[in-house]
Amino acid sequence: MNMIPTNYYLVLSAILFGLGVIAFVFKRNIIVIFMSIELMLNAVNLAFVAFSQAMGKLDGQVFVLFVIVVAAAEATVGLGIIILTARNRQSLNIERVDLLKL
Amino acid sequence: MPTHPILDYLWIILLLPLLGSAANGLFGAKWPNKIVNAVAVGSTGLSFAAALEAVREFRQLSPEQIPWVKQYFSWIAAGSFRAGFDLQIDQLTVVLLMVVTGVGWLIHIYSTGYMAHEGGYYRFFSYLNLFMFFMLILVMAANYVLLFVGWEGVGLSSYLLIGFYFLKKSAADAGKKAFIVNRIGDFGFMLGMFLLFRTFGTLDFVALFDKAGHWPPEAMGQLGTFTIACLLLFMGACGKSAQLPLYVWLPDAMEGPTPVSALIHAATMVTAGVYVVARSHLLFTHAPTAMLVVAIVGCATAFFAATIGLVQTDIKRVLAYSTVSQLGYMFLACGVGAFSAGIFHLMTHAFFKALLFLGAGSVIHAVGGEQDMRRMGGLSKKIRWTYLTMLTATLAIAGFPPFAGFFSKDAILLNAFLNEYGGRNIGYALYGLGLLTALLTSFYMFRLIFLTFHGKPRYDEHHVHVHESPKSMLVPLMILALLSIVGGWVAAPALMHGPDYFTNFLAPMFGQGGAAVAEESGAYDLELWLVAVAVTTSLIGLAVAFWMYLKRPSKPEELARSMKGVYTTLLNKYYVDEFYAAVVVKPLLWLSTNVFWKTVDVAGIDGAVNGIADSATALGDKSRRTQSGNTRSYAVWVVVGAIVVIAAIFWPLLRPATGMVP
Repeated sequence: MNMIPTNYYLVLSAILFGLGVIAFVFKRNIIVIFMSIELMLNAVNLAFVAFSQAMGKLDGQVFVLFVIVVAAAEATVGLGIIILTARNRQSLNIERVDLLKL
Repeated sequence: MPTHPILDYLWIILLLPLLGSAANGLFGAKWPNKIVNAVAVGSTGLSFAAALEAVREFRQLSPEQIPWVKQYFSWIAAGSFRAGFDLQIDQLTVVLLMVVTGVGWLIHIYSTGYMAHEGGYYRFFSYLNLFMFFMLILVMAANYVLLFVGWEGVGLSSYLLIGFYFLKKSAADAGKKAFIVNRIGDFGFMLGMFLLFRTFGTLDFVALFDKAGHWPPEAMGQLGTFTIACLLLFMGACGKSAQLPLYVWLPDAMEGPTPVSALIHAATMVTAGVYVVARSHLLFTHAPTAMLVVAIVGCATAFFAATIGLVQTDIKRVLAYSTVSQLGYMFLACGVGAFSAGIFHLMTHAFFKALLFLGAGSVIHAVGGEQDMRRMGGLSKKIRWTYLTMLTATLAIAGFPPFAGFFSKDAILLNAFLNEYGGRNIGYALYGLGLLTALLTSFYMFRLIFLTFHGKPRYDEHHVHVHESPKSMLVPLMILALLSIVGGWVAAPALMHGPDYFTNFLAPMFGQGGAAVAEESGAYDLELWLVAVAVTTSLIGLAVAFWMYLKRPSKPEELARSMKGVYTTLLNKYYVDEFYAAVVVKPLLWLSTNVFWKTVDVAGIDGAVNGIADSATALGDKSRRTQSGNTRSYAVWVVVGAIVVIAAIFWPLLRPATGMVP
């Protein structure tokens, strides 16, 4: 059976994760930053699934389901925060959110 | 078995003033003056009545019941050491008890008139009652520890009352000075107590003197336990009774209200030192060296203070130096072994010196607060009663018969003449100096009288409305004047070959003094001769003062100009205060400021504490900058942290690959 090697999945996962990190650090729009977090989570999910298949165990796939559930919960809370921020500041620019300090 | 309602409950005598003090101190601020008066005068009056009853019951005791000691409760008990709240009544206590409560009560009555227009009325009487309480503890204590409680307590009351006008800097300073100088003496007193406990294992008077009585007396010049203990106790007495070299606080203490000067700084507290020496007479007679020191210090102080008193112009300061001088007389009497003469002088002095101070207060009251005698004069007609009573006291202190001071002073001079300690020549020297002091005393006291009451008025007659004091002030003056006349008569029969009642009363404690011994050996004529000499001396003093201040009023100034050096030295009190300031106060202040304050406290202790706090602050200040509030910077930190963690995990795995480890 002609299979795609696991390394390919892992490299793709690493590239997606790296893109997520870069977007997370450099983007200004809060929604985009939020999306980059989702991207990182899914990059990790891809790695999990790849390992799961390579090793012939189901643990990784179960883990992915958990991650998806947590991501959904996180998305709810995160979107709530974003809406409140947008209402209070009339803006979604991350530079304007700078009160979290001494 | 007769019952003793007061002797069994001796604490009533001293509890009454304490209750009065507490009531006035806690609630007096809201009470009108009348209630404050009633509480203060009532409590001391009741205390006086209780003391009288105690004395009446005391007279009925059989000799073996004396000293009458009541143990109320155990106060300190540690190992073999025990100090109880024990009160004692014996002949010496009886004399002091009468003086303290009686004179104290009169002065309370006087104060109701004198302080009527002053602020802090309730505060004054609260302190005054507190003083009575501690003074009564002092004289009734049955051990040295409880005596020391009273000793410190009267010191505290004295401090509070000297600084009564605490908004005035000089008054506050004088209070502090009195307290600190007394502390030096108390240091010696405590060491003396420790030594006595170490040697005899107890500080109860009865047990201690019983044990000490069985020890052999020390030789003259020997520095044994008795001598050291006595000298240490005497150091305390020097502080409290204002003797050389610790007398400097008493003249400054005149910053307090005049009734305080009369009660605390003339009649009672300052005689506590004499009381302690007399109380410890059994120890002192075992230590001839200490006796000689006491006599010499007393005699020197008497003369020294009298010379300063010659030129002072503040009426209260003259009396203050006079008090120091008379206290010196009392110590002279104790030092030559005539304890009963010393206590006798203590009693008569309490009468006439309290009278002099109260009279001076009445004068100050009359001329509207003026204390400088150079701005008085010619007051005798305007304040007749004050004048007459003060004249009585002056005659008493100058030693004219038949006034009280005559008997006590002659008893002291006679005993000094017959001194047993250190040989006859020392006795003659003490007598000579004592006689010279008597001359000076007579002179400065009549100088005071003539400057104040005679001659032309030197105050501003248009502005000062001279008025006699109210009855509440005059009645105590009259009673004290009566006591200044008859107070010495108990010893009068001795001059006519009769018994000396006062000495006989105290004889169970002190034995017959030197004078009685002299009479037995047929030196009766000697006593009459000495009396004649003393009275002549007093007359000379009176005559010189009369001539200088009434006949030739320009003379004092001429004299001051012709002997400028002597005059300025005396006027500046021998520069003793300046000397102490330079030798003791300045170095101490320097040490405290530069070493203890600036080096140890500020640099050392504060430096360490503040240094740690400052470095924590600085560190926090630096790390604070990492929290910029910018959410993206936090994101970077998360990434950096993740990289560090991952690197830490993978570093060991990477190393073999880089070939860094063999």
